[in-house]
Amino acid sequence: MSEVKKIATRESYGNALVELGREHDNVVVLDADLAGATKTAVFQKVFPDRHIDCGIAEGNMMSVAAGLAASGKVPFASSFAMFAAGRAYEQIRNSIGYPHLNVKIGASHAGISVGEDGATHQCNEDIALMRTIPGMVIINPADYVEAKAAVKAAYDYDGPVYMRFGRLAIPVFNDEDTYKFELGKGIVLREGTDVAILATGLEVYETLRAAEMLAADGIQARVINIHTIKPLDEELVIAAAKECKKIVTVEEHSVIGGLGSAVCDTLCANYPAPVLKIGINDVFGESGPAVELIKKYGLDGEGIYQKVKAYLA
Amino acid sequence: MNKSELMKTANEIRKGVVTGVYYARSGHPGGSLSAAEIYSYLFFEEMNIDPGNPQKPDRDRFVLSKGHAAPGYYAALALRGFFPVEDIKTLRHVGSYLQGHPDMKNIPGVDMSTGSLGQGISAAVGMAISAKLSGDSYRVYTLLGDGEIQEGQVWEAAMLASHRKLDNLVVIVDNNGLQIDGKIEDVNSPYPIDKKFEAFNFHVINVDGHDLDALKAAFDEAKTVKGQPTAIIAKTMKGKGVSFMEDVASWHGVAPNEEQYKLAMEELEKAGEALCQK
Repeated sequence: MSEVKKIATRESYGNALVELGREHDNVVVLDADLAGATKTAVFQKVFPDRHIDCGIAEGNMMSVAAGLAASGKVPFASSFAMFAAGRAYEQIRNSIGYPHLNVKIGASHAGISVGEDGATHQCNEDIALMRTIPGMVIINPADYVEAKAAVKAAYDYDGPVYMRFGRLAIPVFNDEDTYKFELGKGIVLREGTDVAILATGLEVYETLRAAEMLAADGIQARVINIHTIKPLDEELVIAAAKECKKIVTVEEHSVIGGLGSAVCDTLCANYPAPVLKIGINDVFGESGPAVELIKKYGLDGEGIYQKVKAYLA
Repeated sequence: MNKSELMKTANEIRKGVVTGVYYARSGHPGGSLSAAEIYSYLFFEEMNIDPGNPQKPDRDRFVLSKGHAAPGYYAALALRGFFPVEDIKTLRHVGSYLQGHPDMKNIPGVDMSTGSLGQGISAAVGMAISAKLSGDSYRVYTLLGDGEIQEGQVWEAAMLASHRKLDNLVVIVDNNGLQIDGKIEDVNSPYPIDKKFEAFNFHVINVDGHDLDALKAAFDEAKTVKGQPTAIIAKTMKGKGVSFMEDVASWHGVAPNEEQYKLAMEELEKAGEALCQK
């Protein structure tokens, strides 16, 4: 694969918010003293009146966002995944989820690719937490282009949406001119029937790299980008299980409760099949450069390739 | 409404509370009874609301942050005409729209779903910010328990409310002095409540929460305050109006049995008759 430019998906968030802010007066952005990191500062610069910095109080921010949504605004509440899904879980559940309010949650710095800050800030559990809330939509975009389109799609959808963004600059492989985001629809990026690899977030590109290595060994992998984890594209998942010999999931998230679990939940009810779940294996992360951590935890292209190869052997 | 009518309405709200929790066989009578005059004044005098059009955009908002005081809230809404008073008997029943805690999706007149303590005041802050952003003139009222203010989120919300100069927000603390485990000062004292809100840059008014003249004066004063939110600290008695429930912590979340129900309703009937003779 040729060299591609790299941009973090959190950059998409800030830029998409500015575009939404220009188009819609009801867009309001909330942050909890992380505007520079979540990139809402980009919005704040253009629309200072519609940017509400709540300070370091994430629980309050989520319930304030609920009040804004109940009054007709479309609030985007922003923090790190750890403090959005983690710390403010109960506010999201009760103030936003239960009344199904139109709040968008922008959670950046998800997963171990947070890097040097270490385990306290590396949220590998957010998808699991958000999946349990009835009516919550969960989007984990794979690159800058998809993330930007996802933020727009989240605005167009009426109801709570959890958007997961990363800190690390990652390859941009989608074409902004032709890319179309469809909420709840997976994207087949590569055809094959020897194995279906369903990936999400930054693992989509790593999985494409792994698929190239597998192809060199004569193994044709179907690579599917699952950007919307809830609602899951069940039709595509079941078809993959029927048409491919083996199923693998890849995510920068705990193997408990994330994409792998969502796929297993669907398959066990519709088309029981063994699944290899690649992700964070029920451990906390640690400090280190993001790229090195991704490699250490076996979540880079090489690591995925080796695990899939062993699984198929 | 004049004072006498508001007092009679508060008494009717109390009957609704006792009826609701009796038919539910569960619920929270103590903290509903303590707030009867507050409910009466807000829903029958203070707030711009329309039972015929519960969602009208310019309505004043009310958020019951102490969501467990739902029986009193529902009684007030029903008496005001948002739904039939008879429906109070379905409170907490399977299939009833009158959920144990306020549910904005299904109950006419309810502006926010609440029940998990500390979150309602934050939602009220969000509503007040929304009004400021859009230049809307509506006001936002939120009722908190004095035990509830032990929740840290209350103070996160208070900090933001004064920081954003939300003079369209009125926080009312129902200071009935009791929480589930006992007296608030014995469990984990939030006193002095007024000084705490003052320190958070609120305009603070201390009132007798059962005195409708004092409540009127307090809510009128709140409207004159500019550039800061108002906190009305309402000194009340938990279980007020039902002799055996008054100032008894164990009546926080327990329903009366049939005998107790009849006794309570008799007392409230007599109180109502006395008010009519005044």
